[in-house]
Amino acid sequence: MSSAVDLDNRPGDTGAGTGRAPGRGDRIRTVVRGVGQTLITFGLVALLFVVYELYVTDLLAAREQDQLSQEIQQQWADSPTVTPPTPAPSAGADQPAPAPAPAPESIDVALGQPFAVVHIPRLGGDYSRVIVEGTAQVQLAQGPGHYLDTAMPGEEGNFAVAGHRVGRGSPFLDLDQLRPGDAIVIETQGNWFTYRVLGDQATGDFSTDPSGIPGQEIVRPVDVDVISPTPGGPAGGAASGAYLTLTTCHPKYSAAQRLIIHARLDGAPLSKASAPDGPPALAG
Amino acid sequence: MYTWIWRHLPGPTPAKALAALVLVLAVAALLLFVVFPQIEPLLPFTNVTVTQ
Repeated sequence: MSSAVDLDNRPGDTGAGTGRAPGRGDRIRTVVRGVGQTLITFGLVALLFVVYELYVTDLLAAREQDQLSQEIQQQWADSPTVTPPTPAPSAGADQPAPAPAPAPESIDVALGQPFAVVHIPRLGGDYSRVIVEGTAQVQLAQGPGHYLDTAMPGEEGNFAVAGHRVGRGSPFLDLDQLRPGDAIVIETQGNWFTYRVLGDQATGDFSTDPSGIPGQEIVRPVDVDVISPTPGGPAGGAASGAYLTLTTCHPKYSAAQRLIIHARLDGAPLSKASAPDGPPALAG
Repeated sequence: MYTWIWRHLPGPTPAKALAALVLVLAVAALLLFVVFPQIEPLLPFTNVTVTQ
């Protein structure tokens, strides 16, 4: 870049600061200098954008997740939790009667509102993200988003969630580390649901599930049948079980493909009233 | 462009350097927290959903 002081401004020269009409050489020099500076500026802005995508969005998303976490805990504390319909305990009882298996509460949530928390022990003992309803950019910027018109946690069908791979908190950055049998625990207001990644836990083979649904697959962005009620089946088709599907982009810094994880509900929902700290899968 | 800005900053050189630094940081902050969040949804490489 040129120096601040015009060093070659000799007396009698037609420099830009002398007030005399600049010659053609000066004009060309100024234009070239201007073009050079503009190009370098564009380059720096592009670099700054990369910094933004990798670091600033993580900061912003972390703040959003904290807010959502507070919001959802508040929401759950304010509304009464689903309690089993047992009669008032007798005076002498020191342990409540075992609660009947609760049906999953029906969740009706507005677009953009948080309604569940996802815990993935494989990605860290304290890994948890608040899930919001909807998968538009503005929802996904806050954290994982639930595909509209797909099942809710614990319901028959496919509970499908999308999340960013890199940036905006990178919730699904390490999804490729999930192995068959790994637990994905969904926490809602009243219950814990444990889903397990499909496949053979012993061999690590994703494709051994009798339903034919793989635990992990790479698909094209247009392959919407991964979020069908039965993954891989027709979009409006029947549900053949309670599934969970996670989608994110693949390879890590590209949106050329999608990385998909399929999991199935393992066991009955565990009510929060009987297990406030979560299922055993969360600790392991 | 930059020489023009430098010439028009007030004060001696150290003050100018400081003012230039503040300007750079202000522009960077403007870009990072205002401009980029606005244009980000328009870019195609942030899609993570499956959609027709």
